[in-house]
Amino acid sequence: MSVKLTEEMLKALPDARGHFGAFGGRFVSETLMDSLMTLEKEYLRLKEDPEFQATFDSDLADYVGRPSPLYFAERLTREAGGAQIWLKREDLNHTGAHKVNNTIGQALLASFLGKKRIIAETGAGQHGVATATVCARLGLECHVFMGAEDVKRQSLNVYRMKLLGATVHAVQSGTKTLKDAMNDAMRDWVANVDDTFYIIGTVAGPHPYPLLVRDFQSVIGREIRKQAMEKVGKLPDALVACVGGGSNAIGMFYPFLADESVELYGVEAGGLGIETGQHAAPLCAGRPGVLHGNRTYLMEDENGQIAGTHSVSAGLDYPGVGPEHAWLKDIGRANYVSVTDDEALDGFRKLTRVEGIMPALETAHAVAYGVKLASTMDKDQMLVINISGRGDKDIHTIAQLDGIEI
Amino acid sequence: MSRIEGVLKALKEQGRKALIPYITAGDPHPDQTVSLMHALVSAGADIIELGVPFSDPMADGPVIQLACERALKHGTSLRQVMAMVKEFRKTDPDTPVVLMGYLNPMEAMGYEAFADAAADAGVDGVLTVDLPPEEADQVAPLFADRHLDPIFLLAPTTTDDRIKAISEHSSGYVYYVSIKGVTGSATIDVDEVAKKVAHVHELTALPVGVGFGIRDAETAAAVGRVSDGVIVGSVLVDTIARHQTDPDALRNALTDLLHPMREALDSLAH
Repeated sequence: MSVKLTEEMLKALPDARGHFGAFGGRFVSETLMDSLMTLEKEYLRLKEDPEFQATFDSDLADYVGRPSPLYFAERLTREAGGAQIWLKREDLNHTGAHKVNNTIGQALLASFLGKKRIIAETGAGQHGVATATVCARLGLECHVFMGAEDVKRQSLNVYRMKLLGATVHAVQSGTKTLKDAMNDAMRDWVANVDDTFYIIGTVAGPHPYPLLVRDFQSVIGREIRKQAMEKVGKLPDALVACVGGGSNAIGMFYPFLADESVELYGVEAGGLGIETGQHAAPLCAGRPGVLHGNRTYLMEDENGQIAGTHSVSAGLDYPGVGPEHAWLKDIGRANYVSVTDDEALDGFRKLTRVEGIMPALETAHAVAYGVKLASTMDKDQMLVINISGRGDKDIHTIAQLDGIEI
Repeated sequence: MSRIEGVLKALKEQGRKALIPYITAGDPHPDQTVSLMHALVSAGADIIELGVPFSDPMADGPVIQLACERALKHGTSLRQVMAMVKEFRKTDPDTPVVLMGYLNPMEAMGYEAFADAAADAGVDGVLTVDLPPEEADQVAPLFADRHLDPIFLLAPTTTDDRIKAISEHSSGYVYYVSIKGVTGSATIDVDEVAKKVAHVHELTALPVGVGFGIRDAETAAAVGRVSDGVIVGSVLVDTIARHQTDPDALRNALTDLLHPMREALDSLAH
């Protein structure tokens, strides 16, 4: 069932308790409640503050390098043999991914709130790097929590963070991946709540995080609207983005939610295949539950224990997803699909060889699905893939899969 | 009157303080939990907080995280925890049992099924760490219908308005978290806790239990002086971890740990 969304309906979400329909909310231990309520109040005030917005906009322009190009992928389009494929080049942002849009915004919030110590969780390391970067720029103390497993597979980003002056904490608990990094970041936050600002990297977590991260990332979709009108003279027919927690996808989708003609596709990590259980696709194969402060789709066992996930890409290796995506799935506004590790690797190779653009392995999921989808569409239709990050950080993983020592 | 209320009222009349130990169900093995619960009572427990293991215990430090991992390794599920309580109740009809854990296992079971099973097993209260009263509107009536006491946390960061609001949603007792931090992480500042708990007492008529950072008879007595009960968790769970292969030694160690606390608390009686 699909619901026609209006601007008024969208403005009312999330509601005062941070709910998107049945999802979202604020499920945290009492120690954090006051901080979250203060953050919500301050954010809602600053959102309307011209000085805050002007600083945010000028940082995005002069420090991040926005707007990022909307690029027509001519050869990829020809290969797919269907819709025109356009690429939103978030990989060209400073630090190489969309993550920095959000860290700029949240670091600005931290500054306005007078917090000097920053913590963050990271999976692939892109959010960690983006956080360490803004902390270096603003002179803030930075601690990044990263699963020990991810520290191993993303050593380049670990070193980047250290060069930027951040302390990287390798998290040894649980599955040693992104969810455990988030657990430990929350634990640190509880202990240091007075002087610490937690920069969450995705549209998950307790209210108001899904709201403010979505707002900061929505610059992606707003630019696509404008660029599509300028370059093609119409809105795109389809938008494709990868979904781990879902921040690049929501940033791309949000400004189009009320445009019924624009089809939205979120691509989850199918890992070794949904049927194997070895994946990270809660929207495709999970069920609603509560983790990390919000109600959303989760990968869990029948007893409500969070399940281990698998994806070739560390950034998608997460058992939950942003609550707004959970809501968009349930009302039928967005389609959530998955591609396997192998398909994503093919997507990586294809974009690299055909367009000379090396995408992050996370992004490669969107590329793989986007090409497949384009081939089923008409030649006069327009499809945009969000190139959420560049692939330098994954060269090691790719080489290893190819059996090459570098 | 609920079993929790009854016990706390009787203690108050005697001028005594409640000793409330916490263990994680299924740790070190599901077969040992019921006998450990009885051992806690023999060592002086007034109320037992029984932890429901969760894969992602965000508010807990390493000691309780590891306890959860041990329990989950043996497949301890929420349904099994209920069966443990039911078994415990066969020979102990008096000691209140509070389930303490995270929301997701309860959500996976279904709130109504959970409330039914808890009431049937003889559970008295439910403390869900990541469920603030604002999100508890679905479970509240289910608990009320079955006389399960909803127990909520208060923290050093909780504002006065929230202390009042949270108390209104609570019954049995409120649980004051003595430190900003996860379980087992820091040493408490007894004077600071005393001030804060006295303030909480001004805002609510409910008994106040204090937990986090109570590790020996001395801290138990200091906190007992200002509160209605002390909750002892990580130090106990750590003791279980150290004696996990020897059940007899474990029971002795628990007694050695809790007895001095019991005595210290009772020495406060007037």
